[in-house]
Amino acid sequence: MKFGIQVNEGPYTHEASVSALNFVKAALDAGHEIFRVFFYHDGVNNGTRLTTPPQDDINIVQSWSELAEKHNIDLVVCVAAAQRRGIVDEGEQERNGKDANNIAPGFRISGLGQLIEAGIQCDRLVVFGD
Amino acid sequence: MSDVKKFMYINRKAPYGTIYAWEALEVVLIGAAFEQDVSLAFMDDGVFQLVKGQDTTELGIKNFSPTYSALGDYDVNKIYVEKESLEARGLTLDDLMPLKYEDEDDDWAEKDSIRVVTAAEMAEILEQQDVVLSF
Repeated sequence: MKFGIQVNEGPYTHEASVSALNFVKAALDAGHEIFRVFFYHDGVNNGTRLTTPPQDDINIVQSWSELAEKHNIDLVVCVAAAQRRGIVDEGEQERNGKDANNIAPGFRISGLGQLIEAGIQCDRLVVFGD
Repeated sequence: MSDVKKFMYINRKAPYGTIYAWEALEVVLIGAAFEQDVSLAFMDDGVFQLVKGQDTTELGIKNFSPTYSALGDYDVNKIYVEKESLEARGLTLDDLMPLKYEDEDDDWAEKDSIRVVTAAEMAEILEQQDVVLSF
């Protein structure tokens, strides 16, 4: 089955991101396809490489990056939600005249259309959040 | 498989206090360009999103409620509001914004977009959907 995933909450404050991470791993293990993971609301905070959790804690951002690299998963951060919350890639940095960027490896910033497309293309869209 | 899917956006949260309601509406507006079969559901505190006469001047944040009135122009005209959620909050249909759309199959007659349904009816509506986005 082809899954689309929506993550609506940031790492650590809320369990949604880790639950989504576990769901994606389990789905891949079971032979399913992950079409895309779309990060919305505070979920965009899963996409900053500047996250530095204590060493004895899981690094959620890094876990997403590693998963994306290993399984070639499309991790998309919503541009409108990202702009509000300061998640920036090189293109956004240049476009908005910012002095830095912070997007984590394996993530890309794009529009809400990517979420709708996931809904259209996938057999199931699974939303993680409150 | 048909290219048109039934998309349902469920709105459960109050309009202010958190950004969920406003960012959910942004998804609906963008999604409207994809020409899918779109419905909206309002339940729990989400019913407050449709209350008329919203005034956020004292809050110092943007009042986005006028945007709901534009949904009809985006061909988003199936708006289901859960009866039990309204009643639990002392609200009736008269407390909600009169959202309208023009029915192209009926000589562009102006019709109401909002339909108040029971929780049991809402469950049946949800059962018919292909894609359910919950906010």
